[in-house]
Amino acid sequence: MATVVKPPATPAAKPGGLRAWFYKRLPIEEFISTQLTGYFAPKNFNFWYYFGVLSLVVLVLQLVTGIFLTMFYKPGEATAFDSVEYIMREVDWGWLIRYLHSTGASAFFVIVYLHMYRALLYGSYKRPRELLWVIGMLVYLTLMAEAFLGYVLPWGNMSYWAAQVIVNLFGTIPGIGPGLVEWIRGDYGIADATLNRFFALHVVAVPLGLLLLVVLHLVALRTTGSNNPDGIEIKERLGGDGKPVDGIPFHPYYTVKDMVGVGVFFVLLAIVVFFVPTLGGYFLEHANFDHADPFSTPPEITPSWYFTPYYAILRAVPDQRLGALLLLLAVLAYLFLPWLDRSPVKSMRYRGWLSRAFLALFTVSFLGLMYAGLNPPQGVYVLIGRICTVGYFLYFILMYWYSSPRFDPVKPVPERLRYHADH
Amino acid sequence: MLIIDRPSQSRASRATMSGWCKAAVLLLAAAVVPYPALAQEAAKEPAASGFGADWESWHAGNSVSDMASLQRGARDFLAYCNGCHALKYERYSRLGQDLSISPDLLQKDLIPSSRKASDYIATPMPAPDAEAWFGKEPPDLSLIARSRGTDYLYQYLMTFYVDPTRPTGTNNLALDATAMPAVLSSLEGLKRAVFKNVQTRGDSGVVTERVFDHFETLAPGQLSRDEYAAFVRDIVNFLDYVGEPQQAHRRALGVWVVLFLLVFTWLAWLLKKEYWKDVQ
Repeated sequence: MATVVKPPATPAAKPGGLRAWFYKRLPIEEFISTQLTGYFAPKNFNFWYYFGVLSLVVLVLQLVTGIFLTMFYKPGEATAFDSVEYIMREVDWGWLIRYLHSTGASAFFVIVYLHMYRALLYGSYKRPRELLWVIGMLVYLTLMAEAFLGYVLPWGNMSYWAAQVIVNLFGTIPGIGPGLVEWIRGDYGIADATLNRFFALHVVAVPLGLLLLVVLHLVALRTTGSNNPDGIEIKERLGGDGKPVDGIPFHPYYTVKDMVGVGVFFVLLAIVVFFVPTLGGYFLEHANFDHADPFSTPPEITPSWYFTPYYAILRAVPDQRLGALLLLLAVLAYLFLPWLDRSPVKSMRYRGWLSRAFLALFTVSFLGLMYAGLNPPQGVYVLIGRICTVGYFLYFILMYWYSSPRFDPVKPVPERLRYHADH
Repeated sequence: MLIIDRPSQSRASRATMSGWCKAAVLLLAAAVVPYPALAQEAAKEPAASGFGADWESWHAGNSVSDMASLQRGARDFLAYCNGCHALKYERYSRLGQDLSISPDLLQKDLIPSSRKASDYIATPMPAPDAEAWFGKEPPDLSLIARSRGTDYLYQYLMTFYVDPTRPTGTNNLALDATAMPAVLSSLEGLKRAVFKNVQTRGDSGVVTERVFDHFETLAPGQLSRDEYAAFVRDIVNFLDYVGEPQQAHRRALGVWVVLFLLVFTWLAWLLKKEYWKDVQ
């Protein structure tokens, strides 16, 4: 039974003072009471539920370090690379800010992927959270754009060639393709104009969109309330006081719990930033310490590790146009999950073996695609890429059938959350 | 420079010029690698012992916390490499500070008289000349350890061999057809690469490949093989440092940051446990 906390004192009861002055003009206390102290979250959140708050923490980290980087970064073909080295060598603590930003970008994707996987595991995208999921997917797409644009800015050789490959994907669109590519680049090749507009988009336009979507994501979350590992709606069982019996106030319970998760995250982040900032070439590629050079193609053009599953799908198909189409479908497929999944229960805990087997297939395929995408497109890697592409899409295409209770009988869902206190 | 000052309007003089260029390159190569006579003479002698078959698994084994090695590397880099290669992101003063070289010593021994301590480490060689002589401008080495890795640099500097088919008279195992002459051959000596033919069964029948087998010493240099390896290790170590000058500081600081965060996380966990006692 959740402890009942005292309802927050109504601000109107306080006669005067600075607090009342503010309250009359801005609903700060109302916000705190509805969103934090009076917002009830299921009490059985597990490991997977840290990644929401962590993505918010990394977003702030990226915004703050990004602002400091723009103070010394100089967009432009002739200046960008030098200015990054200037930050690394001569700006006080510049190396720390830069490594935090570059490691933060990779950390963002680790977190977001685990956050999304949680939704697959516990059916968090299902009714009534369809919009929450769709907005979240838009956040993910925007984040991919933001990461790609940022990756180009240091103007290393891998920046240049990755930009070349990814921008050229738009060229596969029938009819408007070639013109569109030129419009995106602002030149006949990846050039100064491209770098400058990517800078504008990376530091102003896309972050604004990202922030807006994150706010919408949070509003949608607070409207439906969080799902949980049992997939039970806590709002459906209210106690005598009108509060969910299986819920606990977000503050202080989850704020203190999240503090532990944030602490662990920062320990891991610091280990990378201070001891292995390039992470063996996965977080900062070796080829990116060479200046961009249109006449020297790196031996292997690979995008950042977080794009490699999609890159492997692109390369699994011999036809480039078809490959690009599959890549697009692979990214957009997540959007349809709420309507593909027909299971009457949310959580994998209460589904049959069929749903679990397909989730396992998806997991293996996604990791297999990542592995294939990190390796050169030869021999066994092509085969792995192709098999995993099929596995990846089967998860989505067949979901309408395998998630149906006719084929995948569900187990009875308990009425109350399963929660065992540690003591 | 003769090549540049010569007027070259007519076709004939252009042709002569390319001849001059070639001569200049050969002259330069000959200055550092007196190969032809020596090589042939030494080749008659049976090789004492082969070595280097495992060159691809050689590790630099350097450590940027070894200050003495960094100081030797800096001295040797400025003496042997800086004639062609710049370190455009590193200032002399920064080098002095990081490597505990006093400003007086720095000014006296390491900074050319025409340069200031706050200058970046440039090379005295003009880029157009370099391009004319070597076919390409020798790369700036500020970030070479970061883009290629220290093991590669070590292997590169250890695997020059005599190859009369190259304009420089030498070739390299780590970077085939390298434009760089074997400038360290006075220290290392000269060595010959022995190749063997290996037949492999490919998709289109049997393919014969020429594969490196081992090195043979043609002429010893001023340093023994171990001394030369240590010399190269110092230079690679110095380039590793130049690639990221603050890296030793970064690691030292990291220990404290991680310790602080662990304590913070432990306290947060205690706080969480205290609060969650209420939750049944």
